[in-house]
Amino acid sequence: MGKARAIGARTKPPGAPAGAGVPRTKPNPNPFEVKVNRQKFQVLGRKMRHDVGMPGVSRARAIQKRNRTLLREYREREKSNVFRDRRLGEHSSSMSPEEKMARRFALEQQRQHEKKNIYNLNEDEELTHYGQSLADIEKHHDIVDSDSDAEDRGALSAELTAAHFGGGGPQRTSQQPGQEGERPRSRKELIEELITKSKQEKRERQAQREDTLELTEKLDRDWREVQSLLARKAPKPQDGDRVERPQPDAYDVMVRELGFEMKAQPSNRMKTEEELAKEEQARLQRLEAERVRRMLGQDAGEDTRRPTHVSVDDLHDGFVLDQDDRRPLTYRDGRMDVQQELSGEAGDGVQAEEEEGQDSSEEDAEDSGGSDGHSDLECEEEEEEAECEEEEQEGEQPEQEQRRRQTPSGQATGGGRDAREAAGAELPYTFEAPESSEDLKALLAGRSAEQQLLVVERIQKCHHPSLAEGNKAKLEKLFGFLLEHVGDLAADDPPDLGVVDKLVVPLYHLCQMFPGAASESVRFVLRNAMHEMEAAVEAKGRAAFPGLDVLVYLKIAGMLFPTSDFWHPVVTPALVCMSQLLTKCPVLSLRDAVKGLFVCCTFLDYVALSQRLVPELLNFLLGILYVATPNKPGQGYTLVHPFRPLGRNSELLVVSDEDDTATWQRKSLSLRWAGGQTAQTGTEANHTRLSCLAVCLALVKRCVLLYGALPAFHEVARPLRALLTQHLADPRHPPELQELCRSTLADMDAQGRRYRPLVCEKSKPVPLKLFTPRLVKVLEFGKKQGSSKEEQERKRLVHKHRREFKGAVREIRKDNQFLARMQLSEIMERDAERKRKVKQLFNSLAEQEGEWKALKRKKFKK
Amino acid sequence: MQRDPGPRGARRALGRLLEAVLASRGEANAVFDILAVLQSEDQEEIQDAVRACSRLFGALLERGELFVGQLPPEEAVMAGSQGATRKYRVWMRHRYQSCCNRLAELLAHPSFQVKELALSTLMKFVQLEGAHPLEKPKWEGSYLFPRQLLKAVVDGLLSLEEDRSLLLSQFREYLEHDDVRYHVTQAASDTVARVASGHPEVPLAFWNNAFTLLSAVSLPLQESDLANFYVKRTELSDKWKVTHLKEHRRAFQAMWLGFLKHKLPLSLYKKVLVIVHEAILPHLAQPSLLIDFLTRAYDVGGAISLLALNGLFILIHKHNLEYPDFYRKLYGLLDPSIFHVKYRARFFHLADLFLSSSHLPAYLVAAFAKRLARLALTAPPEALLLVLPFICNLLRRHPACRVLVHRPRGPELDADPYDPDEDDPAKSRALESSLWELQALQRHYHPEVSKAASVINQALSVPEASIAPLLELTAFEMFERDLKKGPEAVPLEFIPAQGLLGRPDDLCAQHFSLG
Repeated sequence: MGKARAIGARTKPPGAPAGAGVPRTKPNPNPFEVKVNRQKFQVLGRKMRHDVGMPGVSRARAIQKRNRTLLREYREREKSNVFRDRRLGEHSSSMSPEEKMARRFALEQQRQHEKKNIYNLNEDEELTHYGQSLADIEKHHDIVDSDSDAEDRGALSAELTAAHFGGGGPQRTSQQPGQEGERPRSRKELIEELITKSKQEKRERQAQREDTLELTEKLDRDWREVQSLLARKAPKPQDGDRVERPQPDAYDVMVRELGFEMKAQPSNRMKTEEELAKEEQARLQRLEAERVRRMLGQDAGEDTRRPTHVSVDDLHDGFVLDQDDRRPLTYRDGRMDVQQELSGEAGDGVQAEEEEGQDSSEEDAEDSGGSDGHSDLECEEEEEEAECEEEEQEGEQPEQEQRRRQTPSGQATGGGRDAREAAGAELPYTFEAPESSEDLKALLAGRSAEQQLLVVERIQKCHHPSLAEGNKAKLEKLFGFLLEHVGDLAADDPPDLGVVDKLVVPLYHLCQMFPGAASESVRFVLRNAMHEMEAAVEAKGRAAFPGLDVLVYLKIAGMLFPTSDFWHPVVTPALVCMSQLLTKCPVLSLRDAVKGLFVCCTFLDYVALSQRLVPELLNFLLGILYVATPNKPGQGYTLVHPFRPLGRNSELLVVSDEDDTATWQRKSLSLRWAGGQTAQTGTEANHTRLSCLAVCLALVKRCVLLYGALPAFHEVARPLRALLTQHLADPRHPPELQELCRSTLADMDAQGRRYRPLVCEKSKPVPLKLFTPRLVKVLEFGKKQGSSKEEQERKRLVHKHRREFKGAVREIRKDNQFLARMQLSEIMERDAERKRKVKQLFNSLAEQEGEWKALKRKKFKK
Repeated sequence: MQRDPGPRGARRALGRLLEAVLASRGEANAVFDILAVLQSEDQEEIQDAVRACSRLFGALLERGELFVGQLPPEEAVMAGSQGATRKYRVWMRHRYQSCCNRLAELLAHPSFQVKELALSTLMKFVQLEGAHPLEKPKWEGSYLFPRQLLKAVVDGLLSLEEDRSLLLSQFREYLEHDDVRYHVTQAASDTVARVASGHPEVPLAFWNNAFTLLSAVSLPLQESDLANFYVKRTELSDKWKVTHLKEHRRAFQAMWLGFLKHKLPLSLYKKVLVIVHEAILPHLAQPSLLIDFLTRAYDVGGAISLLALNGLFILIHKHNLEYPDFYRKLYGLLDPSIFHVKYRARFFHLADLFLSSSHLPAYLVAAFAKRLARLALTAPPEALLLVLPFICNLLRRHPACRVLVHRPRGPELDADPYDPDEDDPAKSRALESSLWELQALQRHYHPEVSKAASVINQALSVPEASIAPLLELTAFEMFERDLKKGPEAVPLEFIPAQGLLGRPDDLCAQHFSLG
């Protein structure tokens, strides 16, 4: 090392004797060392990295670096082993020799311990005595003691011999030739052998223990047999397994059951009536708010929440699930149970029904009172009225809701009681879900309304979606079949409307459970009806009023789905369908008139909440009013399709007999009229005519109230007013109708005539058109232009590579020069050495010669 | 023939007779036997006989064995002392004449097959006679066409008794040929004139037949097309009238004008008006001659007026017709029934055209907009979807009318200043009014109508909404469209159903009972 340094120092260039020592940051470098790269001209913005250089310094640094790396390699080029002193603390000067010794010992101990642990399976620590394991020593003793066993334990013979001959540790034994092995085994092999042996031993011991256990068990068994003989008891079951698992003790069972029984968990307290009512009201308010939002057409994405509401609603309703809890029990446990329960419930049901009857009568009274009051209100202020109405509804709804909640169960159990009394065991308790509408019809055929309702309910409960996998699909299908069945019932001659009336309730509940499927079914029947009508219109230019079933479908659709929505997948097509009925179907008979009026009623019920305008309805009412008057040219109104001012049916509703007018009593129209029944006496027909007229007038009145607030109300009502005036002038009408006319006209007049000019909503002024700036890349000096990004990148890399390549070549060349210099200096050093040695030899020889000569001279002198 | 009855035997007998007549002139009297079968009752026999006649006279015409020129009376020739050949030819020409007469009578036969066969045979004779004319040419290369025969055919087709539309549709294929068309046009105008003057009360069937025939005549638009002749000519001469489209047009015009000047039944009126703008007007030599007819139709009122609009439009638009009070009459046409009639799409299409001019006075456009808005209060939804964009387009075209939807700082009124009963749009005071009707229709039950009506709430956008796709919209299509929208989520009614008639406060429950 020292030599190398000397060489390095010697090879330093003479111009930079102090350069190696001078740090770069020295403020005033030697001006002779500084080399300045002169610029021919200044370029603004160009960065110069190499304007000033210190070649001496950098060369010295490079040489130093080579000394550290290349020279070393060169020196060690033919040496393969290195001596490294890795004793602990050898190079640290801070430790005292004692400390070093202590550390080293500790380390050694630790190492030994770890190494032993690898194959030391049983003992935790081995004790030593003078570096020899005590266990080994003990073993040797043992082996020596049990001399006779030596042959048996052939496996240990190596150790044995070692003990006999060696007297030393295991290291010694390894060096000695073993008895059984010709060649000397290595230490590693020995150790492995040891390990396998100890493992084997362990295994054997375990096997032995198992054997012992087995034997003990066998003994026990035998003993039990013998014992049974001894005790003279009834022979126990031969099967051993059974014996092992005897029937659990009743007491144990009870204890366990008690242990596993669900602990009473803290729950919410029972809610009081008021709280329940309040919750219910809150729920209804929320639903109402949603309804209003949809009505205004402000549909947001929150609709998705709705189905969950429904399902929760469904659960709370208690109609399906509450009973469902009890139901499976009755199936499982048998018939008697059911009977008892049913009878018990039936008793309740009777009470409930009675209460309900009272309730409803009261409510009806309330309702009528309420509606009267609100009609008064309506004339005064429309908006207040709307609020009032809503409040009123909300007030009523909780009661209604409760009542309704009772209703189904009451009906169900009431039906159950009836069924029991009438049919006894006739009505089964479980039903297969119908696979087709024929199946359903077969199930329901020949049963009374209550029974049909009961059957449907039971099907519904047997196949509640929570009970089995495919039940959902079954019930979804059930809705379609039920709807079809309802249509068939309505289309029958005479229509069985009582049953339809009852079946509406399960339809509603099924619809609540499966909105998607239900809406599909309803849309399907509506589409069929429209197809038929369209085909008729295509063929003849007009269509006949459809059967009662279509009207019933429309009515039911209005009950299953919210009719006030701005757009609804079922309700909107239903509205179009009704509009078609009113515009395309001419009124050819009294039955058509009844049907048309029913459609009008349904239509008005649809728009009752949303208060939307229905021009077709007004046209139709106008037409009905017209056909109820003797034809004479009227002013101020024009009939539109399907009514004609003159023709066969243009006096359809004119009463032919004066006496019938006198005997007429106002009562509601029967839907049977709209159905198949045709036979009517003249008086009946006249009465129906008057009833139709009464309904028509009532609807007109309703429309007036509904549309009174519209800006163009008077234009809408102009033709109606003209015809009503005509009617009023007709003295042949019964006084009740005249009164109705008069009040309607009064209502019309009461509507304010305010015509506020229309003004558009202010919209934001449209901003002037601006041109967005065009972005162009600024050309930069020194960059490669005119190629794509990839190309530029490639060029950059090529450039870099070339530069690096050149640098590397230069480095290699310099290394070679350095090495050559080194070799030369070595050679010169060697030569100088030789010269010196030769000189020394000559010197010594010359000295010898001199001495010899001197001696010789002395001899001669002597 | 009497000896072996049965259709096959009869046919064979006829064939034998035919052979005999064609083979030698001596057997010529057998023609009487063939002609006698034409009078038969049995339709099979008649058909056989017609076929036989067709072959017989077809062959004779081709051989030129019929007398050419003015036909002398039969007795005179027979008694006279001309040559036997001439006698034979005259005699045979007389047989041919009677055969043609019988065939024309057969056009009224109850069986359609017979009619069809008779027609095709007659037309075959027409073709052969055209190729081998039976009259002497007046000068070299003069144009000859069997007009008499064709006239007989046309007379047979235009029956007074029954509707021959099926036969006429068969005849339509002959009308493809230019010469046949030309002569049929002439023959038809003669026939119509003769029948209309001859009968005090012309039956409906005749008018229908005539209309079917007349409407089947369609002229080509370019002259170069006139080369498709039924009677094959070796070369066409410029001197012939039949080669000029102008002559065709003249004949066509004469035919239609002759037809239209009579008092037509109402249903036919409509049919004529439906086709007048595309089938008649473009082919007339002088389209302005139809003005009288169209104005008369326009004055009738109702649907006929609507239909006359189309023809009038073409006259006004292309032929410079000045029609006084046209817009006033158009305004008068607007009544509630226009939304329900069949021709709604056509009417609104035309009304859109008439009102598209930006030079119309604002009061007029305002009156139309207001009137339509008023009528919209009684319209079904599919019509509303058409008429609402229509009104908005009017307002867009005429910015002066925007006061109808935007009148800031206007006084509040007690009544609508617009007078719906006024006939004159200028006096209807529509410009002082506002379209409150559209505001009311914003509460329409159908969401799309409501949206369409709500357009007026904002300042109207500049581009017009095209009403072309809305013209033919039907309620059924609307229904299907609503159904197709598909339910993402179906909201449900939260008030449980109780019964079929609904809650007790529902109208249904109040006015109807189940019992």
